[in-house]
Amino acid sequence: MATGTEPQQNSGGVRARTRAAIAAPHLRTDRWWLAPAVTAAGLFAFVVYSTWRAFAGADYYAAPYVSPFYSPCLAQNCRTMHAGPNADLFGSWWGLSPAIIILIFPLGFRLTCYYYRKAYYRSFWASPPACAVAEPHAKYTGETRFPLILQNVHRYFFYAALLVAGVLTYDTVLSFRDTHYRWGHMGLGTLVFLVNIVLIWAYTVSCHSCRHIVGGKLKHFSRHPVRYRAWQFVGRLNARHMQLAWASLFSVWLADFYVYLVASGVFADPRFF
Amino acid sequence: MSVVDRQEWDVVVVGAGGAGLRAAIEARERGARTAVICKSLFGKAHTVMAEGGIAAAMANANEHDTWQVHFRDTMRGGKFLNQWRMAELHAREAPDRVWELETWGALFDRTKDGRISQRNFGGHEYPRLAHVGDRTGLELIRTLQQKAVALQQQDFKETGDYESRLKVFQECTVTRVLKDGPRVSGVFAYERESGRFFVLEAPAVVVATGGIGKSFKVTSNSWEYTGDGHALALLAGAPLLNMEFVQFHPTGMVWPPSVKGILVTESVRGDGGVLRNSEGKRFMFDYVPDVFKEKYAESEEEGDRWYEDPEHNRRPPELLPRDEVARAINSEVKAGRGSPHGGVFLDVSTRMPAEVIRRRLPSMYHQFKELADVDITAEAMEVGPTCHYVMGGIAVDSDTAAARGVPGLFAAGEVAGGMHGSNRLGGNSLSDLLVFGRRAGWHAAEHAARQAGDRPAVDDAQADAASAEALRPFSAEAEAGADRTGEAGPPENPYTLHQELQQTMNDLVGIIRREGEMEQALEKLAELRVRARRAGVEGHRQFNPGWHLALDLRNMLLVSECVARAALERTESRGGHTREDHPTMDRRWRNANLLCALADPTGGLAATDPARGQIRLTRETTEPIRPDLLALFEKEELVKYLAEEELYE
Amino acid sequence: MSSYEARFKVWRGDVEGGALRDFTVEVNDGEVVLDIIHRLQATQAPDLAVRWNCKAGKCGSCSAEINGRPRLMCMTRMSVFSREETITVTPMRTFPVIRDLVTDVGFNYQKAREVPAFVPPAGVGPGEYRMMQEDVDRSQEFRKCIECFLCQNTCHVVRDHEENKPAFAGPRFLMRIAELDMHPLDGAAETGLDRGRTAQDEHGLGYCNITKCCTEVCPEDIHITDNALIPMKERVVDRKYDPLVWLSSKIRRRTS
Repeated sequence: MATGTEPQQNSGGVRARTRAAIAAPHLRTDRWWLAPAVTAAGLFAFVVYSTWRAFAGADYYAAPYVSPFYSPCLAQNCRTMHAGPNADLFGSWWGLSPAIIILIFPLGFRLTCYYYRKAYYRSFWASPPACAVAEPHAKYTGETRFPLILQNVHRYFFYAALLVAGVLTYDTVLSFRDTHYRWGHMGLGTLVFLVNIVLIWAYTVSCHSCRHIVGGKLKHFSRHPVRYRAWQFVGRLNARHMQLAWASLFSVWLADFYVYLVASGVFADPRFF
Repeated sequence: MSVVDRQEWDVVVVGAGGAGLRAAIEARERGARTAVICKSLFGKAHTVMAEGGIAAAMANANEHDTWQVHFRDTMRGGKFLNQWRMAELHAREAPDRVWELETWGALFDRTKDGRISQRNFGGHEYPRLAHVGDRTGLELIRTLQQKAVALQQQDFKETGDYESRLKVFQECTVTRVLKDGPRVSGVFAYERESGRFFVLEAPAVVVATGGIGKSFKVTSNSWEYTGDGHALALLAGAPLLNMEFVQFHPTGMVWPPSVKGILVTESVRGDGGVLRNSEGKRFMFDYVPDVFKEKYAESEEEGDRWYEDPEHNRRPPELLPRDEVARAINSEVKAGRGSPHGGVFLDVSTRMPAEVIRRRLPSMYHQFKELADVDITAEAMEVGPTCHYVMGGIAVDSDTAAARGVPGLFAAGEVAGGMHGSNRLGGNSLSDLLVFGRRAGWHAAEHAARQAGDRPAVDDAQADAASAEALRPFSAEAEAGADRTGEAGPPENPYTLHQELQQTMNDLVGIIRREGEMEQALEKLAELRVRARRAGVEGHRQFNPGWHLALDLRNMLLVSECVARAALERTESRGGHTREDHPTMDRRWRNANLLCALADPTGGLAATDPARGQIRLTRETTEPIRPDLLALFEKEELVKYLAEEELYE
Repeated sequence: MSSYEARFKVWRGDVEGGALRDFTVEVNDGEVVLDIIHRLQATQAPDLAVRWNCKAGKCGSCSAEINGRPRLMCMTRMSVFSREETITVTPMRTFPVIRDLVTDVGFNYQKAREVPAFVPPAGVGPGEYRMMQEDVDRSQEFRKCIECFLCQNTCHVVRDHEENKPAFAGPRFLMRIAELDMHPLDGAAETGLDRGRTAQDEHGLGYCNITKCCTEVCPEDIHITDNALIPMKERVVDRKYDPLVWLSSKIRRRTS
């Protein structure tokens, strides 16, 4: 009757005692499971592939191309890549594949990304599997406590991802060389790298943290016209964040796979000029 | 002995739309413990449907705008039948009421220099409507709702109880205003959710229940608009004023059938939309009445130039007051030049880029896309008249919003009469809500304070009678065989009765009226009244819509009779009242008010005795317009409206 | 294009229990689900409880679940279903049921009260407010909200976990906080009220795992997650989880 009715203190989700007595956990008739299933399959495939490639520690360089999984390469056991992204910060004690060092950053960026969070919370965690479909968990605290409270570090991964994207841009520039490191040449790999770097940047810049930093945090856009424009630009990209997340995931896979094929000699990079 | 729950309050506000909430906020801020009762959930009132804006002469868009110009436009729109003091207060106070909303968090669309943007609207000389896209009503209701919550938060800090000084009883319906002698003593209400009855005792009651549109078949009004406040006032002994004036908005949706009547905002025309008939002609140029000839464009070219350069051109006739446009559309359709679904075409798609349409008319775009599968950026809309607003209402004192003859009863908003005369201008209703909502709350609080030492008492017998009346539909079946009137018959389905009532009012007391038809309508209403006594319902009292409708029927029948009787009596055409048999405005009627009162002045249940008509009509002469206000008009204009003797007083 | 008989299952009952009831009912061209529910009331089940009001998607009263999906009944056209389909209509399943399709949405009104109201800026009188359109755009989007509570209903934080209700305001009211925090003239900060911090500490923003169902069901197409919830989470990061900010505030505290 009045505006303030106390919520009932009992648990049980949609089957809680006070709610409409409906036994089914959901009544959806559409194929609601399709999206999470496809998402799970896609992410799983990528994880399997990247685990294999990251631990392989081989076939990641075929002049002038360096796999994005291994760039920058920060240990002594890296292959020397002529003018390439080598920086021996870790020295000789690092015995594992050098990809492990650097992959932490793009992995962390994507793992804490607001889109990927949605994707894996839904598809792997089933929390919830789809809208208005009951989740199987008895308790839920979301991102209020450890470990999920760590999702809040997304912004720092964003800064790191900017650096990585910078290095990958450098790699793309290097791909305008031929196998003898002479400038002004292009091969099919150069195109793959170009597409990849554009998508990587688009995905990185379209990030929600970026949107916040460039302007979203402001109270008065009218006093910061340049940042307002930047915010609008990022906002337009941000609306496509999901598509960019998938596209750039695919392109980074393609770039690595391309390098693998060339480096392992399965395939010769067709040169344009 | 009455067993219903009772609570004591200082002021009870019936209705939580714009007027009700504004009244409640004012009363609470003036120290009165205030209860608000509304039929829907808090924040769902029909005010959310208002689209165009709030008319207020803030002069943000045109520096020449003043309250005097606004007053003039309002009087012209109402064909000089307005209660002029209300029109004056309204025009003077509207800007403050709008600015006040900003301090409560409202976010209107802005001008380039950061002030409140104002848009053009029919009948307004300057761009005057403060707006938020085309969802101004939502902004208004949400702002008032949030202000009410802010006050509750204050009370919580001070008393530990959110509802100690301002409480909303949502989803409750008031069926009777209770009285102690001549004075108001409280209200009798039921909870829709549980069907439980309760009484709120209060020396002051503000009625702010809105309109009567649900008595008509094609209407833009929601289910709540069953004329409850009008009926409550009548039953409490207060007269209703000029009920014959019902505004048919010219542009309602005509298709699909299930949404027929839903409003297409006037801003579509204010922003450049044009009306065309099936021959592609902009027919409004043929329908400019003499009194408006000098104010409106004579050619399409001039009309089109006005959007860009209003200083040097006259406005297109699509922006004539609503009554004129509604009649014009009606005539076109009758002449066989209508659209496939019986309306005319309203087109913005050829007038504005799609992007602009989506930005300026987002909810219209949405509404047509979702409900009619029509993309208004690509094709024309089909529109036709729909019952929209009742200018008539509870007769009130202009300054205090007090209902005549019942101390402690106040009325504000659509349910109050007088302000808009015979026809309301778009945008004037939201400002009306704020201006008179505040005044009603203010004077109700003062009235309650004055009664503090001698609070009127609630009479148990009245509460019992109200309770018996409300329970009647459950026993209707048992009584059906032996009806007290002796007219036995089968139990009636309230939904069927409602449909018949709507059809009757739509067909016989609709946009164009004829003497014979209205007499027929009165006969039909009498028949429906008899049958309504047998309206029975199944089930129990918990959230039972059939029961609720059966109770609302009493109000709709009362109000419909008022409309029909007053419309039959007024033998002229003016504003929202068009008589085919008296097609012109008659200056002798300019200063005539028609008042409806209950035929049985005891106001008891006997008043619903079906054998006789329930309404007695009286005619009174209006108070002469104050000379300084009259002086705002040119003499040449006044001679068109005023009777000889009024001019030379 | 004509009328046909459609099969409906409508949940009827109250807090004591209930079940899906079968109906066969006429459907005409251009109708929406609410029309059909009204036809049931008028012809077969006069006491079928349903909440509705404007019938034009502007008031947000007729929220329900149609074939398991949270929707407004007045904005769900019958033409989106095939004629063979059985259409299931149930009340919202997150709130206590009252009767048939009507639920007790008091939870939302409770939460509305817990969000501190707009604080008028000191020293700016009525009529003196100056705000630029680009500064009000963001909050205006959130003020399109018609309070249908479908987002509150679909949010798994409370839908699947009744025990979270006290701690979690829900998308509608976290968005309300965002609206006020982005209001160009809100003076809360000057009075010592940090809306971002309270969003996390008092209104349960951390419970949100941005799975976007609120955005998916919003009949007003408000980008609740992208434009309100995530920006609020970022504002919280500014205040609470940014080590640089934390460090500088430590230093400032020490020096002051």
